[in-house]
Amino acid sequence: MKRALIIDDEPLARMVVMEYLQDFSQIEVLQECNDGFEGLKAIQQYQPDLVFLDVQMPKINGFEMLELVDNPPAVIFTTAFDEYAIKAFEAHAVDYLLKPFNKDRFHKAVEKYLAQAPTPAGSKKTEELLETSNSPAQHERIVVKTGTKVKIIPVQDVQYLAADDDYVSVYTPEGSFLKNKTMNFFERTLDPRYFVRVHRSYMVAIQQITRIDPYEKDAHLAILKCGAKIPVSKTGYVKLKQVLGI
Amino acid sequence: MLCGLIWAGAQSYIVHNSVPNWYIASTDAVVNSLLLAAACWLINNNLRYYQPASGSYLNILIWHGALAAICALGCRWILPLLTSDSAYNKFLINSIFIRAFIDFLAIGWVGMISIIYYSLLDQKENEKRKAEAEKLARDAELYNLRQQLQPHFLFNSLNSINALIGFKPDEARRMIHQLSDFLRGTLKKDDQLLVPLTDELNHLNLYLDIEKVRFGHRLQTEISSDERAKAALLPSMLLQPIVENAIKFGLYDTTGDVTVSIRAEMDGSFLNLIIQNPYDPQTSRPKHGTGFGLRGVQRRLYLLFARNDLMETYANDNIFTTIIKVPQL
Repeated sequence: MKRALIIDDEPLARMVVMEYLQDFSQIEVLQECNDGFEGLKAIQQYQPDLVFLDVQMPKINGFEMLELVDNPPAVIFTTAFDEYAIKAFEAHAVDYLLKPFNKDRFHKAVEKYLAQAPTPAGSKKTEELLETSNSPAQHERIVVKTGTKVKIIPVQDVQYLAADDDYVSVYTPEGSFLKNKTMNFFERTLDPRYFVRVHRSYMVAIQQITRIDPYEKDAHLAILKCGAKIPVSKTGYVKLKQVLGI
Repeated sequence: MLCGLIWAGAQSYIVHNSVPNWYIASTDAVVNSLLLAAACWLINNNLRYYQPASGSYLNILIWHGALAAICALGCRWILPLLTSDSAYNKFLINSIFIRAFIDFLAIGWVGMISIIYYSLLDQKENEKRKAEAEKLARDAELYNLRQQLQPHFLFNSLNSINALIGFKPDEARRMIHQLSDFLRGTLKKDDQLLVPLTDELNHLNLYLDIEKVRFGHRLQTEISSDERAKAALLPSMLLQPIVENAIKFGLYDTTGDVTVSIRAEMDGSFLNLIIQNPYDPQTSRPKHGTGFGLRGVQRRLYLLFARNDLMETYANDNIFTTIIKVPQL
């Protein structure tokens, strides 16, 4: 018996999935969730095998929700995004269903999942998906978990990012938040006009820089409005000069 | 300038025919030409800022006459001060009517050219504004179409219909009709720039009803309008992007119930439209109010009414308010 969750903010959309799932006695739906927060809670509580996930939902979207899950389950996306947008995660999710989808298409997706199990393979795929995909909202905000709460940080509030073992610390006026991602991920998803990777372990918001001082040989220090001093490597300095147009 | 010189040269030649003295002839010509130039400049400048209504051409004629008389009399008084040749003075007095007449012709000619030139300029300006307004109306229509054909609206609506077909076929059928009425309405609106508020609200209601089926439990709308406001005219499709914006931010910014309210009232010769929706200042502050939707509305209002103060937005206490004033012409 596989245990599944349906996460979608439109009740009728959840109903379609429920209806189509009646043909699969081996899949049990544990709960229907209205948004990402409910979904997150339910995933943590039940540790389901499979999630039917909508992308556009209130507050945090499907991708952002998945980023916050420690051991993500296998995912079948149900979304109205066009194929262009979907290409980003086409290869990595178990499957994606474009709304409105018919029963045959749905059956194919679920059978694909059932053929793929045992589960760990699915999880690994989901993590891979999260590392390579860019959700539409990632240029605008960063979603982090603090304790049991979800915190949404608009990128305008970000001062700088620093690598911290396997995590990245996101520094804001309200303090720093840990995110389970790599520096490369942020370099790819944050707008390069506003954020520059000045060092292997540091990325800064251009707006925050007040001064760049020379420091030792070939290296510099960027002084931020908040007072933080960020090391700038030789290649980082070149990139910085490019973006600032000097 | 060149014109002035030629004019002065020609005049001194003519005067020389009557008074065989080059000094007197050229002084006469220069003074006369200067006065004439001043009069022409005056006329031209006035017409630049004041376009005569078609009834007031007589006025212009009288003005021209007066200016010509002043020019001629100016010559009559100034020139004797510069020369003391009695034969010339006699000639001057004799020729005053001819001078006045020629001055009148010249001034009238400049005045006519000015009127034509400036009215053409004016017309061009108006046409440009009108063309841009029409283009923007088309853009708004296209934008709306694209909005409605984009996945989040059309495909999610179709998905809802798909769900309803199974267990509530009547509602599914109703939604199909709403959706087609709405899309048809969007397509049809290209030939009229101004529509009565009731029409615009009816169209909006189709859209809101569809969204309510999709988000049923969460979305509420309150629409109210004055009796007088109902007949007021507004540019078609003006409200659509604002309400879409309100719904988008209301539904995707908060997880609770959402009430979008639209209120229309008359204020003197203005139709005031007030649209309110809840939002979360924490997460959406950066992008709010700068989308193409709202900017397009503001630009359209400017092009149609040549005013920049017709749209205002406020954000406080988790409520976002957009106020639109539509002048009633």
